Amino acid sequence: MALPLGTGAVLLLVLVSELVRPSLRGALARLHAIAARVRQPSAAERYDPGRERRAEQRARSLLRSCIDEADWEMYCDLGFLQVPGPVGAIAAEGGPAYAYLIYPHKPIVAYVPGTGELLNEYCVSFPDHSRPYGSPRLPHSDDVLAKWMAITADERRLIGEANMHLPGRQVDPERVRRDLARLAVWERERSERELGGARAA
Amino acid sequence: MKLLRMKPGHGEILLAEGDVEVPEEERELIEAFRRELDAGMWAAVPTHDGGGRREAEMVKSFDEVPRDAERVIFFPRAAGGSTPASR
Repeated sequence: MALPLGTGAVLLLVLVSELVRPSLRGALARLHAIAARVRQPSAAERYDPGRERRAEQRARSLLRSCIDEADWEMYCDLGFLQVPGPVGAIAAEGGPAYAYLIYPHKPIVAYVPGTGELLNEYCVSFPDHSRPYGSPRLPHSDDVLAKWMAITADERRLIGEANMHLPGRQVDPERVRRDLARLAVWERERSERELGGARAA
Repeated sequence: MKLLRMKPGHGEILLAEGDVEVPEEERELIEAFRRELDAGMWAAVPTHDGGGRREAEMVKSFDEVPRDAERVIFFPRAAGGSTPASR
Protein backbone atom coordinates (compact mmCIF):
# COMPACT_ATOMS: atom_id res chain seq x y z
CA MET A 1 0.00 0.00 0.00
CA ALA A 2 2.82 2.38 0.92
CA LEU A 3 4.78 1.70 -2.25
CA PRO A 4 2.03 2.73 -4.74
CA LEU A 5 1.22 5.80 -2.65
CA GLY A 6 4.89 6.84 -2.52
CA THR A 7 5.32 6.30 -6.24
CA GLY A 8 2.20 8.36 -6.89
CA ALA A 9 3.46 11.15 -4.72
CA VAL A 10 6.82 11.22 -6.54
CA LEU A 11 5.08 11.29 -9.90
CA LEU A 12 2.79 14.07 -8.73
CA LEU A 13 5.80 16.06 -7.52
CA VAL A 14 7.60 15.65 -10.86
CA LEU A 15 4.51 16.71 -12.78
CA VAL A 16 3.94 19.79 -10.63
CA SER A 17 7.61 20.85 -10.88
CA GLU A 18 7.49 20.52 -14.69
CA LEU A 19 4.39 22.69 -14.76
CA VAL A 20 5.82 25.37 -12.42
CA ARG A 21 9.37 25.52 -13.86
CA PRO A 22 8.67 28.06 -16.68
CA SER A 23 6.98 30.53 -14.33
CA LEU A 24 9.77 30.00 -11.76
CA ARG A 25 12.36 30.79 -14.43
CA GLY A 26 10.50 33.98 -15.34
CA ALA A 27 10.32 35.05 -11.72
CA LEU A 28 14.05 34.40 -11.23
CA ALA A 29 14.90 36.40 -14.37
CA ARG A 30 12.81 39.31 -13.09
CA LEU A 31 14.60 39.14 -9.72
CA HIS A 32 18.00 39.21 -11.47
CA ALA A 33 16.94 42.24 -13.51
CA ILE A 34 15.82 44.08 -10.38
CA ALA A 35 19.09 43.22 -8.60
CA ALA A 36 21.11 44.47 -11.60
CA ARG A 37 19.20 47.77 -11.59
CA VAL A 38 19.85 48.17 -7.87
CA ARG A 39 23.59 47.55 -8.40
CA GLN A 40 23.87 50.23 -11.12
CA PRO A 41 25.70 53.41 -10.00
CA SER A 42 23.50 56.27 -8.96
CA ALA A 43 23.25 59.45 -10.99
CA ALA A 44 25.74 61.02 -8.56
CA GLU A 45 28.32 58.27 -9.08
CA ARG A 46 27.96 57.89 -12.83
CA TYR A 47 30.79 59.35 -14.92
CA ASP A 48 29.90 62.81 -16.13
CA PRO A 49 32.57 64.58 -18.17
CA GLY A 50 30.96 67.99 -17.60
CA ARG A 51 30.66 67.72 -13.84
CA GLU A 52 34.07 69.15 -12.96
CA ARG A 53 33.57 72.04 -15.37
CA ARG A 54 30.18 72.91 -13.89
CA ALA A 55 31.62 72.57 -10.37
CA GLU A 56 34.44 74.95 -11.28
CA GLN A 57 31.96 77.47 -12.70
CA ARG A 58 30.00 77.42 -9.44
CA ALA A 59 33.22 77.74 -7.46
CA ARG A 60 34.34 80.73 -9.53
CA SER A 61 31.00 82.47 -8.91
CA LEU A 62 31.35 81.89 -5.19
CA LEU A 63 34.95 83.11 -5.16
CA ARG A 64 34.02 86.24 -7.09
CA SER A 65 31.22 87.01 -4.63
CA CYS A 66 33.63 86.84 -1.68
CA ILE A 67 36.79 88.70 -2.77
CA ASP A 68 37.48 92.26 -3.93
CA GLU A 69 37.01 93.13 -7.59
CA ALA A 70 40.74 93.80 -7.99
CA ASP A 71 41.57 90.39 -6.52
CA TRP A 72 39.07 88.74 -8.84
CA GLU A 73 40.69 90.42 -11.84
CA MET A 74 44.10 89.28 -10.58
CA TYR A 75 42.88 85.69 -10.32
CA CYS A 76 41.34 85.78 -13.80
CA ASP A 77 44.39 87.39 -15.40
CA LEU A 78 47.20 85.68 -13.52
CA GLY A 79 45.71 82.48 -12.08
CA PHE A 80 46.60 83.16 -8.45
CA LEU A 81 45.77 85.50 -5.59
CA GLN A 82 48.15 87.68 -3.62
CA VAL A 83 47.26 88.23 0.03
CA PRO A 84 49.30 90.76 2.05
CA GLY A 85 50.44 89.74 5.51
CA PRO A 86 48.62 91.14 8.52
CA VAL A 87 48.34 94.89 9.01
CA GLY A 88 50.59 94.76 12.05
CA ALA A 89 53.55 93.33 10.12
CA ILE A 90 54.83 96.38 8.25
CA ALA A 91 58.21 96.46 6.49
CA ALA A 92 60.61 99.41 6.79
CA GLU A 93 59.47 100.68 3.35
CA GLY A 94 55.89 100.90 4.60
CA GLY A 95 54.43 97.92 2.75
CA PRO A 96 53.55 94.56 4.25
CA ALA A 97 56.53 92.66 5.67
CA TYR A 98 55.42 89.57 3.80
CA ALA A 99 52.66 88.35 1.55
CA TYR A 100 51.26 85.09 0.27
CA LEU A 101 50.60 83.75 -3.20
CA ILE A 102 47.63 81.40 -3.33
CA TYR A 103 47.58 78.90 -6.19
CA PRO A 104 44.83 76.33 -6.75
CA HIS A 105 45.85 72.94 -5.36
CA LYS A 106 49.44 74.01 -4.78
CA PRO A 107 51.25 75.14 -1.66
CA ILE A 108 50.84 78.70 -0.45
CA VAL A 109 54.06 80.63 -1.09
CA ALA A 110 55.22 83.31 1.35
CA TYR A 111 57.55 86.04 0.08
CA VAL A 112 58.81 89.55 0.84
CA PRO A 113 57.05 92.04 -1.46
CA GLY A 114 59.85 94.61 -1.26
CA THR A 115 62.64 92.29 -2.42
CA GLY A 116 60.82 89.33 -3.98
CA GLU A 117 62.68 87.00 -1.63
CA LEU A 118 60.86 83.68 -1.25
CA LEU A 119 60.37 82.65 2.38
CA ASN A 120 58.45 79.39 2.67
CA GLU A 121 55.97 77.04 1.11
CA TYR A 122 52.99 76.03 3.19
CA CYS A 123 51.57 72.74 1.99
CA VAL A 124 47.92 72.58 2.87
CA SER A 125 44.81 71.00 1.41
CA PHE A 126 41.12 70.73 2.27
CA PRO A 127 40.25 67.08 1.65
CA ASP A 128 36.60 66.10 1.85
CA HIS A 129 36.84 62.52 3.04
CA SER A 130 33.21 61.84 2.19
CA ARG A 131 34.36 61.84 -1.50
CA PRO A 132 30.89 62.62 -2.83
CA TYR A 133 31.95 62.03 -6.45
CA GLY A 134 34.91 59.79 -5.85
CA SER A 135 37.48 62.52 -5.21
CA PRO A 136 38.27 64.43 -2.01
CA ARG A 137 39.53 67.48 -3.96
CA LEU A 138 37.51 70.69 -4.05
CA PRO A 139 37.16 72.52 -7.38
CA HIS A 140 40.18 74.78 -8.08
CA SER A 141 38.46 78.04 -7.19
CA ASP A 142 36.93 76.56 -4.02
CA ASP A 143 40.45 75.53 -2.96
CA VAL A 144 41.65 79.10 -3.54
CA LEU A 145 38.66 80.53 -1.65
CA ALA A 146 39.18 78.15 1.28
CA LYS A 147 42.83 79.22 1.52
CA TRP A 148 41.92 82.89 1.16
CA MET A 149 39.23 82.71 3.87
CA ALA A 150 41.47 80.78 6.24
CA ILE A 151 44.40 83.18 5.75
CA THR A 152 42.42 86.41 6.03
CA ALA A 153 40.43 85.10 9.00
CA ASP A 154 42.92 83.09 11.01
CA GLU A 155 46.37 83.06 9.46
CA ARG A 156 48.03 81.38 12.45
CA ARG A 157 45.53 78.54 12.53
CA LEU A 158 46.02 77.77 8.85
CA ILE A 159 49.79 78.02 9.03
CA GLY A 160 49.68 75.81 12.12
CA GLU A 161 47.88 73.10 10.15
CA ALA A 162 50.15 73.36 7.11
CA ASN A 163 53.43 71.57 6.47
CA MET A 164 56.12 74.22 6.10
CA HIS A 165 58.94 73.72 3.62
CA LEU A 166 61.69 75.80 2.12
CA PRO A 167 60.87 77.34 -1.29
CA GLY A 168 61.18 74.95 -4.21
CA ARG A 169 59.78 71.84 -2.60
CA GLN A 170 56.70 71.73 -4.83
CA VAL A 171 56.46 75.08 -6.58
CA ASP A 172 59.30 75.96 -8.92
CA PRO A 173 60.98 79.14 -7.54
CA GLU A 174 61.61 80.34 -11.10
CA ARG A 175 57.92 80.10 -11.80
CA VAL A 176 57.14 82.09 -8.65
CA ARG A 177 59.65 84.78 -9.67
CA ARG A 178 58.03 84.97 -13.10
CA ASP A 179 54.62 85.22 -11.42
CA LEU A 180 55.87 88.05 -9.19
CA ALA A 181 57.16 89.86 -12.27
CA ARG A 182 53.80 89.35 -14.00
CA LEU A 183 52.08 90.61 -10.86
CA ALA A 184 54.20 93.76 -10.81
CA VAL A 185 53.35 94.50 -14.46
CA TRP A 186 49.69 93.74 -13.84
CA GLU A 187 49.54 96.09 -10.82
CA ARG A 188 51.29 98.87 -12.74
CA GLU A 189 48.96 98.58 -15.73
CA ARG A 190 45.93 98.46 -13.48
CA SER A 191 46.91 101.57 -11.55
CA GLU A 192 47.61 103.36 -14.87
CA ARG A 193 44.17 102.36 -16.14
CA GLU A 194 42.58 103.63 -12.94
CA LEU A 195 44.58 106.86 -13.15
CA GLY A 196 43.56 107.32 -16.78
CA GLY A 197 39.92 106.67 -15.88
CA ALA A 198 40.06 109.20 -13.05
CA ARG A 199 41.60 111.85 -15.34
CA ALA A 200 38.97 111.22 -18.01
CA ALA A 201 36.24 111.58 -15.41
CA MET B 1 21.05 83.77 6.07
CA LYS B 2 22.31 80.99 3.87
CA LEU B 3 24.50 78.10 4.95
CA LEU B 4 26.64 76.88 2.04
CA ARG B 5 29.07 74.01 1.82
CA MET B 6 31.86 73.49 -0.68
CA LYS B 7 31.64 70.06 -2.25
CA PRO B 8 34.11 68.20 -4.50
CA GLY B 9 32.74 67.62 -7.98
CA HIS B 10 29.87 70.02 -7.45
CA GLY B 11 30.81 73.43 -6.10
CA GLU B 12 28.84 74.86 -3.25
CA ILE B 13 25.52 73.43 -2.11
CA LEU B 14 22.84 75.16 -0.10
CA LEU B 15 22.45 73.44 3.26
CA ALA B 16 19.88 75.70 4.85
CA GLU B 17 18.37 79.11 4.45
CA GLY B 18 16.34 81.14 6.89
CA ASP B 19 15.75 84.30 8.83
CA VAL B 20 17.59 84.35 12.16
CA GLU B 21 14.85 86.56 13.57
CA VAL B 22 12.28 83.78 13.09
CA PRO B 23 12.83 81.30 15.96
CA GLU B 24 11.84 78.21 14.00
CA GLU B 25 14.10 79.09 11.07
CA GLU B 26 16.93 80.03 13.41
CA ARG B 27 16.63 76.62 15.08
CA GLU B 28 16.94 74.91 11.71
CA LEU B 29 19.99 77.02 10.88
CA ILE B 30 21.60 76.15 14.21
CA GLU B 31 20.96 72.44 13.68
CA ALA B 32 22.44 72.53 10.18
CA PHE B 33 25.40 74.54 11.50
CA ARG B 34 26.09 71.97 14.23
CA ARG B 35 25.81 69.07 11.81
CA GLU B 36 28.54 70.55 9.65
CA LEU B 37 30.84 71.30 12.56
CA ASP B 38 30.28 67.78 13.91
CA ALA B 39 31.25 66.49 10.46
CA GLY B 40 34.59 68.26 10.86
CA MET B 41 33.94 71.27 8.65
CA TRP B 42 35.38 74.73 9.18
CA ALA B 43 33.00 77.67 8.92
CA ALA B 44 33.75 81.14 7.60
CA VAL B 45 31.68 84.28 7.18
CA PRO B 46 32.62 86.66 4.33
CA THR B 47 32.90 90.17 5.79
CA HIS B 48 34.60 93.55 5.25
CA ASP B 49 37.41 95.07 7.27
CA GLY B 50 37.33 98.66 8.53
CA GLY B 51 38.75 99.95 5.24
CA GLY B 52 36.09 98.24 3.14
CA ARG B 53 38.35 95.45 1.95
CA ARG B 54 36.78 92.05 1.84
CA GLU B 55 37.99 89.41 4.23
CA ALA B 56 36.55 86.46 6.15
CA GLU B 57 35.90 85.56 9.74
CA MET B 58 36.18 82.01 11.04
CA VAL B 59 33.40 80.97 13.41
CA LYS B 60 33.28 78.00 15.75
CA SER B 61 29.70 78.30 16.95
CA PHE B 62 26.48 79.78 15.68
CA ASP B 63 26.65 82.45 18.39
CA GLU B 64 29.79 83.84 16.72
CA VAL B 65 28.01 84.38 13.40
CA PRO B 66 27.08 88.06 13.00
CA ARG B 67 23.30 88.39 13.03
CA ASP B 68 23.36 90.31 9.76
CA ALA B 69 25.62 87.82 7.96
CA GLU B 70 24.24 86.80 4.59
CA ARG B 71 26.24 83.61 4.24
CA VAL B 72 28.21 81.10 6.21
CA ILE B 73 30.51 78.97 4.07
CA PHE B 74 31.58 75.52 5.27
CA PHE B 75 34.63 73.83 3.88
CA PRO B 76 36.69 70.78 4.87
CA ARG B 77 39.22 71.50 7.59
CA ALA B 78 42.78 72.12 6.52
CA ALA B 79 45.24 69.28 6.52
CA GLY B 80 48.98 69.52 6.12
CA GLY B 81 50.32 68.42 2.78
CA SER B 82 48.93 68.96 -0.65
CA THR B 83 48.89 66.93 -3.81
CA PRO B 84 52.29 67.12 -5.49
CA ALA B 85 51.93 69.76 -8.13
CA SER B 86 53.26 69.72 -11.63
CA ARG B 87 55.79 72.46 -12.22
